Amino acid sequence: MSASKTQVSSFSPNVPNVTSPQNPGLKRGPNGTTFVSSGIPDLDKILGGGFSLGSLVMVMEDADAPHHMLLLRNFMSQGLVHKQPLFYASPSRDPRGFLGTLPNPRSFEDEKSRDLPHPPSFEDEKSREHDPSNDKKLRIAWQYEKYIGEPQRNISSSNGARHDYCNDFDLRKPLERQFFNGAHVDCVSIKDLTNFTLLQDQCATFLAQFSRKESKVSPAGRIAIQSFCSPQCKYSNMEWQMLSFIRSLKSMAQSSNAVVVVTFPSSLPSPSCSKRLQHMADTLLSVKAIPDEDKEMEKLLTGYKDMVGLLNIHKVARLNTQVPLILETTTFSLKLEKRRFLVLECLNQAPVDGSSGDSYGKSGGCSGSTKAGPLEF
Amino acid sequence: MEPQASNLLDEALGFHGHANPGRPGGRFVLIEDCLDTSGAVVLHHLIKRSLVSHPYSVVIFLAFNHPFAHYDRILRKLGCNLAAQRDNSRFFFIDMLMCQCPDDGKIPQFWLTGLFEKIEGLISSLHPDSKNFVTIMIDDVSLFEVAANGSSNDVLDFMHYCLTLTSEFDSTFVALDHKDIYLDGEKPILILEMEYLADILIKVEPLATGLAKDVHGQLTVMNKETQNPQISSPIKIRNFHFRIKENSIEYFYPGTKAW
Repeated sequence: MSASKTQVSSFSPNVPNVTSPQNPGLKRGPNGTTFVSSGIPDLDKILGGGFSLGSLVMVMEDADAPHHMLLLRNFMSQGLVHKQPLFYASPSRDPRGFLGTLPNPRSFEDEKSRDLPHPPSFEDEKSREHDPSNDKKLRIAWQYEKYIGEPQRNISSSNGARHDYCNDFDLRKPLERQFFNGAHVDCVSIKDLTNFTLLQDQCATFLAQFSRKESKVSPAGRIAIQSFCSPQCKYSNMEWQMLSFIRSLKSMAQSSNAVVVVTFPSSLPSPSCSKRLQHMADTLLSVKAIPDEDKEMEKLLTGYKDMVGLLNIHKVARLNTQVPLILETTTFSLKLEKRRFLVLECLNQAPVDGSSGDSYGKSGGCSGSTKAGPLEF
Repeated sequence: MEPQASNLLDEALGFHGHANPGRPGGRFVLIEDCLDTSGAVVLHHLIKRSLVSHPYSVVIFLAFNHPFAHYDRILRKLGCNLAAQRDNSRFFFIDMLMCQCPDDGKIPQFWLTGLFEKIEGLISSLHPDSKNFVTIMIDDVSLFEVAANGSSNDVLDFMHYCLTLTSEFDSTFVALDHKDIYLDGEKPILILEMEYLADILIKVEPLATGLAKDVHGQLTVMNKETQNPQISSPIKIRNFHFRIKENSIEYFYPGTKAW
């Protein structure tokens, strides 16, 4: 009896993740939610599609390493590539300078070299010439490709329907100017902020353009706030104001087509305040640095040398549903593929020699656990 | 089995075999959850239970956490149309998302008094038959504190007032709070006092071994009303596991479910 009951009630419609044709930056998810990409393809996959519109994403920083900046950069770049308006606040004196460090999407050449391992040979060229379906236009485009500006190339690469929704970002190349052309980017410094009214008003005006009531296919907006409540901001004695600012930011985001990403050092505010912030988050991530020369860890984990840090997923936004998303594993290693592209990988435990529980250890390597420890087996 | 099958949670709450099946009368139910496991499930369950228990029952919901659409979608999957109940004046959704106590040095009491008067007004305007079937719910208390600029004492006072109001009408008061906020606490007074006042305390925790696909967490229900002879079970503290689905929640004793 219980089996049949399980079958009936565990039915859930499998909503296909469809990218809406008018807006490549949006993807429809289950339960009437819409996703925007986090800018990291792996993270999108893990979170079930990306960040939900109307959700508050909080990233707990590691005091020792700026890994949260990696997440922020990709998030912001992805927004600019999709021509989504961006609001950025940071405690630095010149927040606009940060835009110069944003990564560029994987270039067409990279893409091609990945898609077609061999460069087009002479035969290809010939068949291209003899193929009646290849008209003159295409040949011109082929020959003069280097003269065609980046936007067209990007469009052509995105026509391959591979990276419409989420791009790979090359951390070594700064985001090209053309993505800033006509882009709506607000930059605000939260250094020496004495009260939150101004920042709150700025966020409110920014979010007002994405109000859900006005039109259905309005573009999505992104708000990125870096190092909220860091010492530079000098509001350590204003915890309740801080909390109520985040609360109102969350409420505003809930009624608009926007995603808010806030990174904060979780150890700086008082423990209860930090917990409150974590509770407010719809999606809660944390980044951790890994020590450079940890021999024991190196023995334990395969690929330890390529790791730059660890990403923990504590909570995934569950809008309009009560069913939690249970991940296979909550700890992922942050790696730089070819020193350029940010990828996330499950931790792989290397086989321990001479240990009796060898097979056991291997199978338990990626088991999910929600304890906040950096590594769990 | 009864036609309206009651589950372990209902049993633990005393719905099972109670004089008024489907609702705990004149009680304070406190739900405590933590970061890993959300207690919202229990809240959704109680909304549904309260609304279907009696044709005149009324729920007054103070929402600090999510907009109406969120609850509406969830409850619809559970088989309860909140929008319709709202139109029938059986579900009062008080949207507190953007409400913030004015931070101009004034004490937040005025703000809270206004809120309380609103609730009181709602109850007094109800049909006399409904008055004894009112449930007031708060989702969640920690955000309420933030909205009140951190003056926990005033929030506590507000809850006292609400409790007095509900006991006057023999109705129910349900509050959700996050226990882990107060653990390393400077101000645990709020949660301690609420725990003391609560007639039924529901703790929502993850499994000690971490979350699993099949078991989403465990519930510990402490029912302090054991002197009530109508409650069939003499067990004071019950502990069981649950698994959340879109349209229902499965409750089972540890180890009794095999997939």
